[in-house]
Amino acid sequence: MMKKVRLIARLDIKAPNLIKGINLEGVRVVGDPHAFAKRYFQQGIDEILYMDSVATLYGRNNLTELVSKTANDIFVPMTVGGGLRSLADVDDVMRAGADKVSINSAAIRRPELLREVAMRYGSQAMVLSVEAKRRGDHWEAYIDNGREKTGLDAIAWIRQAVDMGAGEILVTAVDKEGMRKGFDVELMRKVTEAVDVPVIASGGMGSLQDAADVILNGGADAVAMAHVLHFNNITLADLRSYLGDRQIEVTNHGDIASV
Amino acid sequence: MATLHLCDYGSGNVHNVERALARVGANVIRCTTPEELAGAKAVVIPGVGAFGECIASLRAKGFEQPIQDLAASGVWVLGICVGMQILAKHSEEFGTHQGLGIIPGAVRLIPGETPSGEKLKRPHIGWSPLYSDTRDWSGTPLAALEKESPVYFVHSYHFEPDDPNDVLAYARYGGRPIVAAVSRARVFGVQFHPEKSSYAGLSILKSFVQQVEADAA
Repeated sequence: MMKKVRLIARLDIKAPNLIKGINLEGVRVVGDPHAFAKRYFQQGIDEILYMDSVATLYGRNNLTELVSKTANDIFVPMTVGGGLRSLADVDDVMRAGADKVSINSAAIRRPELLREVAMRYGSQAMVLSVEAKRRGDHWEAYIDNGREKTGLDAIAWIRQAVDMGAGEILVTAVDKEGMRKGFDVELMRKVTEAVDVPVIASGGMGSLQDAADVILNGGADAVAMAHVLHFNNITLADLRSYLGDRQIEVTNHGDIASV
Repeated sequence: MATLHLCDYGSGNVHNVERALARVGANVIRCTTPEELAGAKAVVIPGVGAFGECIASLRAKGFEQPIQDLAASGVWVLGICVGMQILAKHSEEFGTHQGLGIIPGAVRLIPGETPSGEKLKRPHIGWSPLYSDTRDWSGTPLAALEKESPVYFVHSYHFEPDDPNDVLAYARYGGRPIVAAVSRARVFGVQFHPEKSSYAGLSILKSFVQQVEADAA
């Protein structure tokens, strides 16, 4: 059976701007996130991921307005993360139009939150976000946008989180993020071997080959892209045809003229 | 412009369904009480989460009988995801629950393994194209759908009608067919989320709106 993958545009936000950093740090303003999300929808993206990159520091997610605006004219699944601390925070972004939430820091501080979200919205809506840094032969989970270490082994934490109700894992390799030199394929393989839920690879995509590599050798179910899309280094059309040639099944959403 | 009545009985995806219908040109009346359904030419029933909770909430708000009466009188109906499943007679999700019984059949767990015995993930989440070897899609919401265009699924259960002719479309999951759309006369149900299925999903909603409009003219 051909491996089937989803292509996800990851938009890191420092309200009101779309930003892009390196190793999750260093901020460069890219533009209006809604305009970028709309462009990716028109080019046939499978999902949109909004990440409020300063929310945890300020203690709240500031994306509800953007989420609501995006839900008006972008009709693919939308995941929202960054600074979601409680079920009430999750309710806010879901009501604004999100389909899934992505949670890192708050789940590490209080894993029970994973179960609460899964009970209310289903495990498919509870995406565990993991920021992992390599430490010799293993990976450590970080919080607060890669700033603070937790001492937790990333793989052990992911296993526990899936048992608690996480239905999907977003794995960001902090060391690779923004470098455009490829994903952490070894980390991805460890994660995809450890759990049965879908795993999204994030951090490091610089070329078409990087995507094929993390899918075929890392077992990724979905690929999140930021820099390469925001700066037009690659197009979704090119990526779809490249992956298709390598026996990787991607979606083709048809013609926008049909609607 | 066609006017559609959207049942707002507390389902989480009601706003996104409303936005998508508006995007394809419908005039949407969101109804929080059954009285507001009076005179409806077309009714849309959204739904996410568990079958039992959805039908209980629909019933508690008094929508059950009015929807059954409207469907019986030839009004257009479109059920989405659990809104499609509740068209069935009953569901086997977390015990047995009675549905609206508009299309005879039962909601059952999707297969857990491929024909060759490999484990299949549940819920089924992702994009799959639709097909039917027996049904003609003209005059249905699938009329304008490009054959290869996939739509977005998130579910663990599917609706198996007693009469296979009520299945409008299947999707393939792990080498097995799952029921993706049902229809009988003017009642339609889709298991996937057209409001989250990119252009393909919008084209399905647009066809439904156009058929309602043509019928009213």
